[in-house]
Amino acid sequence: MRDPVLEIRGLRVDYGLGDAAVHAVRDVDLTLHRGEVLGLAGESGSGKSTLAYGLTRLLPPPGVISGGEVVYHPVDGPPVDVLSLSPARLRAFRWADTSIVFQGAMNSLNPVHRISTQLLDVIKAHEPRSAAAARLARARDLLRLVGISADRLESYPHQLSGGMRQRVMIAMALALEPQVVIMDEPTTALDVVMQRQILGQLAELRQRLGFAVLFITHDLSLLVEFSDRIAIMYGGRIVEEAPAADLYRRALHPYTDGLLHSFPALRGARRELTGIPGSPPDLRAMPTGCAFHPRCPRAFTPCDTDVPPLGRPADAPGRDVACWLHPVAEPVPR
Amino acid sequence: MTLSESAAAPADEVVLEAVGLTKHFPVRKRLRDLFSRTPAVVHAVDDVSFALHRGRVTALVGESGSGKSTVARLLAQIYPRTAGDIRLHGTSTRVRGGRPFRSYVRRVQLILQDPFASLNPVHTVRYHLTRSLRIHRNAGRSAEDLDKALANLLTRVSLAPPERYLDAFPHELSGGQRQRVAIARALGADPEVLLADEPVSMLDVSIRLGVLNLLQDLKERLNLAILYITHDIASARYFADETIVMYAGRMVEGGDSETVTQNPAHPYTRLLTESAPDPERITGDGAGAGIDEAAGKDRGQGEPPSLISPPAGCRFHPRCPHAMRRCTADVPPRLTVGDRPGHWTACWLYDPATVAADAPGSAAPDADPAVPPPPALVEREDTATLGEAR
Repeated sequence: MRDPVLEIRGLRVDYGLGDAAVHAVRDVDLTLHRGEVLGLAGESGSGKSTLAYGLTRLLPPPGVISGGEVVYHPVDGPPVDVLSLSPARLRAFRWADTSIVFQGAMNSLNPVHRISTQLLDVIKAHEPRSAAAARLARARDLLRLVGISADRLESYPHQLSGGMRQRVMIAMALALEPQVVIMDEPTTALDVVMQRQILGQLAELRQRLGFAVLFITHDLSLLVEFSDRIAIMYGGRIVEEAPAADLYRRALHPYTDGLLHSFPALRGARRELTGIPGSPPDLRAMPTGCAFHPRCPRAFTPCDTDVPPLGRPADAPGRDVACWLHPVAEPVPR
Repeated sequence: MTLSESAAAPADEVVLEAVGLTKHFPVRKRLRDLFSRTPAVVHAVDDVSFALHRGRVTALVGESGSGKSTVARLLAQIYPRTAGDIRLHGTSTRVRGGRPFRSYVRRVQLILQDPFASLNPVHTVRYHLTRSLRIHRNAGRSAEDLDKALANLLTRVSLAPPERYLDAFPHELSGGQRQRVAIARALGADPEVLLADEPVSMLDVSIRLGVLNLLQDLKERLNLAILYITHDIASARYFADETIVMYAGRMVEGGDSETVTQNPAHPYTRLLTESAPDPERITGDGAGAGIDEAAGKDRGQGEPPSLISPPAGCRFHPRCPHAMRRCTADVPPRLTVGDRPGHWTACWLYDPATVAADAPGSAAPDADPAVPPPPALVEREDTATLGEAR
């Protein structure tokens, strides 16, 4: 469980070049372990989607990876540096080792092709020598895996409901049994009932197939329930990382605390909700020091000048935070 | 501007009322439908009745496609209604445009979901607000009056100082600020009713609360009646006094927000509250245990029905674990639940005569036993009729 499958070290992603560049992701260190669900939460513009596209090298121009490394550890064999893969190797790596379910995945299916064509295409591209009958059997299995009866294989996307289309996308992401599945807001467009069904199914599949999930969303309440560990992003940096339960019970970073006090709870006592004053930072004009200090209720002297490093604070072992309120006792061993 | 002149009226007075409101959208005819007598329609909203009170927030909760936005558009008189009535201060109103429409929207204003789309990108905040003030004759006689009214509006929605925002274009503002401008524009008409159609669902989590708190504050200061449409039942609990749950175009449950969210009566409301993300569900080690538990709980719950040919009887019956024979035939009326005053549900499980005659769950062979029966059933568990049925 604890050996890493994907390691991100000091990843930096910019939009544009030179002085005009906007730094969307700044020195992000993140480790995804085998078989775990790592939640990545943040507001829009915090760089969470850019991070996902950066580490899969799907970033469209003017996005540029300006530093850092992404190391993938296959089950057997030496570690692979994703950022320096040749185009041919990259093509093989994508989808077979790392797959991604996109934001608004409901609209990612091609409307003029049947589900079968699109599912078979994935398998055919990566395993050109497989027999046609075997591919078809595999596609049927995949649909059953996500709870859709196999006779829907010949449907067009518009004949399926939003939830079913989303499940087809998940089936497609699992087609080649990848070790890492990246989900970028996979359920945002769905209703809560459907959302729970799909997430429940995903958890079950993960148990059975043992892949790791990087789950990106802005809905922290969902993450607390569904992930093992949570990383919080703000202004392009990771500001806190901790096991889900610890994070919920005791948030160290004032931003995390604000987020946790921003969503109303359905059960329990009606608590006073505070929210976070102000608005998210403009990436073109980032505040100096800690990016959160203009909105922070507890900002003090070093916050507006020095960027706090991410690391283990002395008062809370086993978790990382980047905040001057909790000075780092030891740098994170990576 | 005299925004609070109506504040003298008694609190809790019914301002806007929907009575049996129904909206069917025609479906385009195909060739083979030419000879059929009954034209196909989408039953978007059927028989919806509720009242908006002065100084109170009523939440309308439902999945997408449940007809909640159609209700807002019907109340705003953007769509003509198929049947039913809209009563403003007790008088039936039907406006189709022109002057009557203007004088209606002066009192009933709609706030839309997406502040990125509801503001014109080529115009400044000043333009948007000035138009609203001019059209609804709240701009005063002189330029100073107008400036004062503009500053007043922006201060009301906590965009201070006003000078900083007046000449800004929408793209220069964040999502939360844009939604505040949209609210200010609605207030420019000095309305009595605000119809807020998912006002915060497009905003970032940390911003949502600020906008909800603003609406709450406006409700108290201006004594507005607010219809808050949302898919997030937790925010209805936090923000609304009264909550109504809609499913497939019909109202299924209503009552004060705390009761509806804490003791949901209708099986659909129970499904909705069980599906909502709940951080409290995490267990000690947090190793994904919450997911597995949840996965076992709600399997095979199906999807909302087609509204072109909705199921007969209760529209939830194909998905309901407690469905009885009667549910497939008769539309359930409003039945009082009896735990709190004003709490009602449209479900045959709360009609003792039906439960006695019919066995709950009889029409749902693959019912999930993990979903607990509604409280009304538990109470009568000891009676012989139900004991037999199980």
